[in-house]
Amino acid sequence: MRPVSYNIKKKPLEADISMAEMPEGHQGQGFFATTLDSVIGLARKNSLWPLPFATSCCGIEFMATMGATYDIARFGSERVGFSPRQCDLLMVMGTIAKKMGPVVKQVYLQMAEPRWVIAVGACASSGGIFDTYSVLQGIDQVVPVDVYVPGCPPRPEAILDGLMRIQDLVGKESLRRRNGEQYKALLDSYGIQ
Amino acid sequence: MALTNQYIKEKLEAKFGDQVTDFEEQYGLLSFRSGKEINLKVLNFLMEEPSLGFNFLTDLCGVHYPDNKGQEIAVVYHLHNMRENVRVRYKVFTDVSQPDVYTATGIFAAANWMERETYDFYGVNFIGHPNLKRILNVDEMDYFPMRKEYPLEDQSRVDKDDEMFGR
Repeated sequence: MRPVSYNIKKKPLEADISMAEMPEGHQGQGFFATTLDSVIGLARKNSLWPLPFATSCCGIEFMATMGATYDIARFGSERVGFSPRQCDLLMVMGTIAKKMGPVVKQVYLQMAEPRWVIAVGACASSGGIFDTYSVLQGIDQVVPVDVYVPGCPPRPEAILDGLMRIQDLVGKESLRRRNGEQYKALLDSYGIQ
Repeated sequence: MALTNQYIKEKLEAKFGDQVTDFEEQYGLLSFRSGKEINLKVLNFLMEEPSLGFNFLTDLCGVHYPDNKGQEIAVVYHLHNMRENVRVRYKVFTDVSQPDVYTATGIFAAANWMERETYDFYGVNFIGHPNLKRILNVDEMDYFPMRKEYPLEDQSRVDKDDEMFGR
């Protein structure tokens, strides 16, 4: 019998499993009453499924964000889907040429409501240094954007910060927002629906 | 018998006389030009003539010289003889108001996409091309972006003010 020579030190957990905070409500013996909005917001914000649309260096930075060091899965974004099928967060990372614009829009259209968009990095937000005839000067010309992440390219921390801001938006969004006049007018301005 | 630039020049002059001009050697690369009407004859001769044998079209591209009145657009062919490892550069010039050049797709199949690119960026109309449409830019574009017709942006710009870009 050889003695076990590795993994013999017990490592204590640095932190216990993190739990989402309980929404405001009334609780008593065996019941808890709260608004549907806050429950659904809680569920949505802690299980965002990103659809990475990565075209350049910001995409590489996002890959680092997905890796073990930064671990975007901690935020419930474990399941990155490379199809619009079940995803609700479109992350556009990198230069979007005018020729790629219709593709971004098509991907956005194929996502089901509710959907959010985050523009990562200078190129997706504004065209960045590529002030040329062939580059779309910001994806907000094609799809509505919720959060812009600055940087060229942004560090993984910045991408995580953008994701947490999206989580704030998602958690506080009213269930009726997407039926409202303002939202319809916004989509109309992009020629959607 | 090695394929020297001198030999190529003699062969071309024997065949085309004074229709091929401006023989230059830059860094050992022979470069010459002719009228745009005989470009296919020249390319065909360079390819088919057994002692020349330029059987590979390395590159085909355009250049815009706005100051050359009547000869603004150049179409440049780079040919390569793979057997002897010799390269040659051949230029034809055309007027920017009527940039018609005969297509080389019949001689080199590789010219197809290269000519589409040259049309895309310089607007050279390749007569006889099987599918002359934009290859890199969006189809809606109604100008040829690599022509030197557009002013450079203000170098003292401190922000991206849309008014300064016409956006």
